[in-house]
Amino acid sequence: MCCALPVVACVQMESKTILSLFLSVSLLGCIKGETNVEQGNREGVLHFGNYGEPQGVDPHVATGVPEHHIIGALFEGLVQKNPNSLAIEPAVAERWTVSDDGRVYTFTIRNNAVWSNGDKVTAADFEWSWWRALQPALASSYVFMYFPIKNAEAYFNQQLTDFADVGIKAIDEKTFRVELDAPAPYFLQLLDHYALFPVHRLTVEKFGEPDESYTRWTRPENIVSNGPFLLDEWRLFKYLSVKKNPNYWDASKVKLNAIRFYPIDKQTTEERMFRAGQLHRTEEVPIDRIPWYRENRPELLKIAPYIGTYLYRINTGKPHLADVRVRQALSMSVDRRRLIDTVLNGLFTPAFSVVPPGLLGYEPPDVFTYDPDKARQLLSDAGYPGGKGYPGLEIQYNTHEQHRKIAIAIQQMWREELGINVRLQNKDWKVYLDDETTGNFDASRGGWIGDYVDPNTFMDIWTAASGVNRTGFSNEEFDRLVLQQAPNAKDHDTRLQIFQEAERLFLEHMPVVPLYTYSSKHLAHPSVKGLYSNYMDYYNFRYVSLVPDSTSGKPN
Amino acid sequence: MLRFIVFRLLQAIPVLFVVISATFFLVRQAPGGPFDAEKPVIPAVKRALEAKYNLDQSLFQQYLSYMGDLVQGDMGPSFKYPGWAVQDLIASGFPVTAELGIYALLIALLVGTSAGVFASLKPNTRQDYIPMSVAMIGICMPTFLLGPLLVLVFGIWLEWLPISGWGDLPGDKILPSITLGAAYAAYIARLSRGGMLEVMSQDYIRTARAKGLPEHVVVLKHALRGGLVPVVAYLGPAFAGLLSGSFVVETIFQIPGLGRFYVQAAFNRDYTMILGTTIFLSTLIVLFNLLSDVIATWMNPRLRDSLRGGPQ
Repeated sequence: MCCALPVVACVQMESKTILSLFLSVSLLGCIKGETNVEQGNREGVLHFGNYGEPQGVDPHVATGVPEHHIIGALFEGLVQKNPNSLAIEPAVAERWTVSDDGRVYTFTIRNNAVWSNGDKVTAADFEWSWWRALQPALASSYVFMYFPIKNAEAYFNQQLTDFADVGIKAIDEKTFRVELDAPAPYFLQLLDHYALFPVHRLTVEKFGEPDESYTRWTRPENIVSNGPFLLDEWRLFKYLSVKKNPNYWDASKVKLNAIRFYPIDKQTTEERMFRAGQLHRTEEVPIDRIPWYRENRPELLKIAPYIGTYLYRINTGKPHLADVRVRQALSMSVDRRRLIDTVLNGLFTPAFSVVPPGLLGYEPPDVFTYDPDKARQLLSDAGYPGGKGYPGLEIQYNTHEQHRKIAIAIQQMWREELGINVRLQNKDWKVYLDDETTGNFDASRGGWIGDYVDPNTFMDIWTAASGVNRTGFSNEEFDRLVLQQAPNAKDHDTRLQIFQEAERLFLEHMPVVPLYTYSSKHLAHPSVKGLYSNYMDYYNFRYVSLVPDSTSGKPN
Repeated sequence: MLRFIVFRLLQAIPVLFVVISATFFLVRQAPGGPFDAEKPVIPAVKRALEAKYNLDQSLFQQYLSYMGDLVQGDMGPSFKYPGWAVQDLIASGFPVTAELGIYALLIALLVGTSAGVFASLKPNTRQDYIPMSVAMIGICMPTFLLGPLLVLVFGIWLEWLPISGWGDLPGDKILPSITLGAAYAAYIARLSRGGMLEVMSQDYIRTARAKGLPEHVVVLKHALRGGLVPVVAYLGPAFAGLLSGSFVVETIFQIPGLGRFYVQAAFNRDYTMILGTTIFLSTLIVLFNLLSDVIATWMNPRLRDSLRGGPQ
């Protein structure tokens, strides 16, 4: 009789009784204390929206933004970036020297740098860690970050077997020397990437082979790290929390007691949690909500230019796209300003180049503008006056509301300005990637986020051998400029000029249609200080503090 | 009855075998693979990864070794979360989803049967139309609309309840359970109304009334048992649906359950995770269907008698 029991119980009740029963259940739940934000402000705990569940926190294996935030709190490299200016500052290395030819870096490791178990951080730790990252079986996705180092790539590809030939050397306990193949002005920036962070040898070896990935050494009960925070608790798909590391060399400057990272992959859920006072800061803001915040709570909205370019790849291998004039016509007929103002709530900056302006003083070449008349002329010269006789083309994009809206706007512009027929094709992420890689597309939406602040990170992806290229663009002169001339340029200005020349060449061939420069967008509670907006959307949690003010825990 | 259960369990084995094999080969037909990314890993890294997961072997060899491991209870590491075995991830997500499903089902039963029985007592009057109209709206309203609506009203405007999490803040289980249960409550309301109406017109009810039994005894003791048979038959599929269909609610309320793993695994081409969750959920569905058949048989005397001679 048990399964019918609840039914028997309530058939006697009138609907009013049922309603009041439910209300009382609800009321039980709302003896609700302070919000996460209020509690966090009191206890120094930052509640941080962190996009997705981290795959892992092993610095040599991880990829992705959520992992980046967490690993940045747990580990520390030789240098770090100032979150305000992005200038390089000392971290585990207290100072360093660079040889006159820019190829040899000698780091001095600070005396008080220790692992969380009390062991000293030594030059040998770096030598062993970097050796580990270069083991092919570890399959580190960011291993290419090591390739400016002398013989690192050859060692990784097993053309060299003796690690002594690689430009990585612990001279003594505190001196670490790195030799490069060619001068790389961005090399110090790479050192702040987690792929070049040190790991604790004894701990890694205790739980598996050095080149074994995803062993248990990164579990909270096992991990030994050297950053400002320690891994405290890891609850899958709920949150991962870190707490202040009392052994950290600069612990007196660390203001937060703990950070709780929430894996929230849905932007609308994240925004609602923020409004309910459950988060201090969000990883994203749904684009439809931007006007509301602009209007009502502008102080919560943090928007800043971000080192990334949104673009359409054009498949130069397709007969109807092989003519450069067609590709130029496609690019010149897009009114980027109108696109951004109508579809994207005015959030981004129109892009007429693939390298965003202002990277270490780099200014992109002025190759084209929005010019529908010239676009029509070019299309006509290519043999399709007014779009007549043109077979039409297809835009593919991965499933996302924003990509769809942009594609519709561009479809409209190409139709109106050029008179060509455009179809839209929405694809699941992996199908979209597969079709792009195998060249099964006409125009494909894409984007590129720079790995470091230097034009090189936006240029070397378009060389013929690059896996990111995927446009069929292949130009020996371009490859020579980017891969040979730029690294060996005699000074910074010459190097920028070489990149400018390379980008001019690239844009004249127009294998991509650049559309806009990204902006990072977050919501942050007013009590959060030190989460600066910067070009890399980079945070250094050492600088973050919580200063409660008169506003309530709930931002709306 | 025992023979019936054993027979049904034996039937389940080939069903599961077909499900596993079909899933194994079908997921491999989908374009793209687990290691494809916007920034492709360099070829040497990709080869190392494929070797690590045996993807460099022939598909049939991979199938055999997967089946071999599976028989020993090992579903392999997830491709997307390689630090965890698939069975660990299921073990962490399933209790949450099951708890959510049970609450949702209890709400659905409580509200649904009450409303349905209540409506059936005076058919084609206001007492019938109002709850049934509400039920119709409940069936039509998708969870991705109801969830955010409840959040907006109870979480953000009234500030009564937390709007995300599971077991972290007091009361955070209420809104997700109601959201998930609502559509099922509406369906159960219609089912129980229909069942009751049919039973109430039967001869034995007239007999009961003729005996002079009070109306509540007629309804509760005689009509209810037969009238709710359709609801009970629906419970197995409903609970299976609650478990495998909780993805939307888990996403809206940021709940660490199995539904999210399942859908994300498909997007990520996380082969082992897709297989693991499919095997787990299909096993559950088979079991729940069996369970609800057993209960329905036990509640319906005619079916029960027909089984006396063994399965037909």
